[in-house]
Amino acid sequence: MQIPRTHYQVERFTLPNGLRVVLSPDRSAPVIGVAVVYDVGIRSEPEGRTGFAHLFEHLMFQGSANLEKLAHFRYVQGAGGTFNGSTHLDYTDYFETAPSNALERMLFLEADRMRGPRLTEENLANQIDVVKEEIRVNVLNRPYGGFPWLKLPPVMFDSFPNAHDGYGSFTDLEAATVADAAEFFDRYYACGNATVSVAGDFELDYARQLVEKHFGDVPARPAPARPDFDEPDLTGERRKSYVDSLAPLPAVAAAWRVPNPITRFSDYLPYVVLAEVLTDGDAARLVERMVLKDRIVTSVGGYLGFMGEPFEVRDPTAMLLQAHLPPQGSADKVLATIDEELDRLATDGLAAGELARTQARMATHLLRDTDAVLGRALRMAVLELQRANPALLNDLPHLIAEVTADQIREAAATMRPHRRASIEVVPGGGEK
Amino acid sequence: MTSTAEISLPDLEPNRPLTLPLQAEVTLPNGLTIIAIQRPSVPLVEVRLRVPFAQAPLAASSVLTQTLFSGTSQKSTVDIAAELQTVGGGLAAALDPDRMLISGNALTTGLDRLLELLAEVLHDATYPATEVVTERDRLADRIQVALSQPSHLARVALLKRMYGDHPYAVQTPGADEVRAVDPEHLRLLHAQRLHPNGSTLVLVGDIDPEAALAIATDRLGSWSGDGAPIELPPSPPLVAGPLVLADRPGSVQSSIRIALPAVPRTDPSHAALQLANLIFGGYFSSRWVENIREDKGYTYGPYSMIEHSVAGSALIVSAEVATEVTGPALVETLYELGRLAALPPGEAELEQARQYALGTLQLGMSTQAGLAGLASTYAGSGLRLNYLAEHAIRLEAATREDVHRAALQYLAPAKALLVVLGDAAKIREEVSAIVAVTP
Repeated sequence: MQIPRTHYQVERFTLPNGLRVVLSPDRSAPVIGVAVVYDVGIRSEPEGRTGFAHLFEHLMFQGSANLEKLAHFRYVQGAGGTFNGSTHLDYTDYFETAPSNALERMLFLEADRMRGPRLTEENLANQIDVVKEEIRVNVLNRPYGGFPWLKLPPVMFDSFPNAHDGYGSFTDLEAATVADAAEFFDRYYACGNATVSVAGDFELDYARQLVEKHFGDVPARPAPARPDFDEPDLTGERRKSYVDSLAPLPAVAAAWRVPNPITRFSDYLPYVVLAEVLTDGDAARLVERMVLKDRIVTSVGGYLGFMGEPFEVRDPTAMLLQAHLPPQGSADKVLATIDEELDRLATDGLAAGELARTQARMATHLLRDTDAVLGRALRMAVLELQRANPALLNDLPHLIAEVTADQIREAAATMRPHRRASIEVVPGGGEK
Repeated sequence: MTSTAEISLPDLEPNRPLTLPLQAEVTLPNGLTIIAIQRPSVPLVEVRLRVPFAQAPLAASSVLTQTLFSGTSQKSTVDIAAELQTVGGGLAAALDPDRMLISGNALTTGLDRLLELLAEVLHDATYPATEVVTERDRLADRIQVALSQPSHLARVALLKRMYGDHPYAVQTPGADEVRAVDPEHLRLLHAQRLHPNGSTLVLVGDIDPEAALAIATDRLGSWSGDGAPIELPPSPPLVAGPLVLADRPGSVQSSIRIALPAVPRTDPSHAALQLANLIFGGYFSSRWVENIREDKGYTYGPYSMIEHSVAGSALIVSAEVATEVTGPALVETLYELGRLAALPPGEAELEQARQYALGTLQLGMSTQAGLAGLASTYAGSGLRLNYLAEHAIRLEAATREDVHRAALQYLAPAKALLVVLGDAAKIREEVSAIVAVTP
């Protein structure tokens, strides 16, 4: 099957204040996506302030230089748009998608908070409460909360930036102050530490003028030096378990370090494909073996990065495999079977057609993810931030398709038990 | 920070018109309707096959969705999955009380092959015994996990309270019922219910609509099977009564659910009700969300939405709140419903909601998957994409009085049907002080 190629136009420039800009016009539907991405995430939050990067993301919606609290939400939605933000290990994004007649308004809103959020005791206290409810919904009040993205990093990593709970402890969240927030903004939310990306229905020169008009006078501040968060690879297996009092059934997740996604991209890509060879659909190796044949798991998934975003993560990161088990299922057996299948793949290689069909399906997923203008704007903003190459979006399906069977074998051969970190969920829950 | 003069909010430029995509439609002699829609944004095609499934046995239908692609007389599960992957494709089935929906996508060049495989499954799914046992056990495990999730438990309690004996009341089968389904049940159910008559196939993507109709006609024209369409009785009117308190000992949050009456998409007051819902709690910039989240910090992601099913519509209000603020959150929720029922909305907040509703239409149409979902959903109510343009006109026309009338009729707290799932020992007393509670 011929892998198709997209031809999104990509225009890059940098404003005098250091803000990097990506514009990608597409007139096929009257909508736009706007993404602003800052080069700060969970790994950069200070000790004693777990969860702070995410809490701060909430504070960026609480009013800014020219906007009262609630104004941001009302102006986006009152223009027919939607908005959100999210905090990741290595970046924090803010975004809107709206009918294209709202383009200038969206740029104004993002530029205004890039100049500075309104940080008040009242807004801070309110958003600490909101974030605690978010953590209750997503972690504390549900089975498998935080599995494995919050539970596995502390097994695999030793340093605070890589190992700590990115949602944060309630103690740390409650200790956060307005001064902490002001310092965090000053340090990390510099326009030299950000990218803005716009995709969709606009004329290139006009959008460039609007970006210059609204972002041009944001005071120049340089990006802080980004620390090297690297840690040595594991030399011996690490394994932990915990009781989830709400979970009715066991689960297990395992991770192996992979090459630096930015500086060793061509060595990294085979792992992205390997994850799909192992787990994408009923014809994938681990699904066929463990779900359909041996019936030792009810589901298995594989992906790159603890938050499952292969092209938006920096080093150090990992390839993860996670499985949910039937009653009385054995995590030992699951891990042993994974080892056996990886060994078989490394030794015997792929079956005829196995790689090509996986690559074809991956092309569909990649193209589909960026069909929405917002998906495109977000990915381009992060590609610019981390790689200075937003046009990589057009190339990804082909780069994936160029990964060879030998590269897959070599990648599989590195995933040995002594380099593995794993976490097991021991069910403590009944049916309530 | 430099001091800058007050910068004023940029005006919106004129709205771009809502334009419908190029499309073609045919109903085949076997009763299958095919709608092909052009959206060439990416070289993919989205596929949705909607098959009416009202009154079908719940457990067997649920297992059928998980085993439809488990084998034919010529192919195994793995063969089917591998051949779909080869054209960048995938297919999966899902169920609700109205229909089975088979959804998928592929590289555009794989459309013919994907439909060929779909047709093979529709003609010749064999439900092999081993695969059926595997899949029903997996499904039973997933149901067990769902029963540990508060959102699921609250939904189960709400549906039971809303619908009584109507088929909408129970939408998840019991794990034991699922384990009792055998291949023979599935083959019989397939023969009885997976029919082209009344079904709708939607294709959206980088396609020539007429050419896509020809391909689909070629592949699915011989799909056979017959049977009179089965319809559900209209869903019963909601009957207000005491709040149902469902106990979940140790829960650190309470799940508040409220059901209110609503009208179908085709009702003349639907646009006004949609706007009333938005102003109340249907988007972030609503009274209720600004109140209980941005002012009080009781909750993270409250939402309120109109749910349309073939046999009736309802407005559902949902929030997860900290256990210790269950009472206050309930009071604010009822207050905001009552305020909109009692007083007409302001001009500015109506305009804001209107723009949001109109923008949502544009955004929803801007992707292949979005268009496919809309076209398939509308087809289930006998509507087509031109509904979007007509609905936009009705949204433009709705007045403050229209919205107030809709709120008075449908968002009135007196008509609310309430369910709270939470730690009953901790919340019963304060909830009972606000409304009557059962049990």
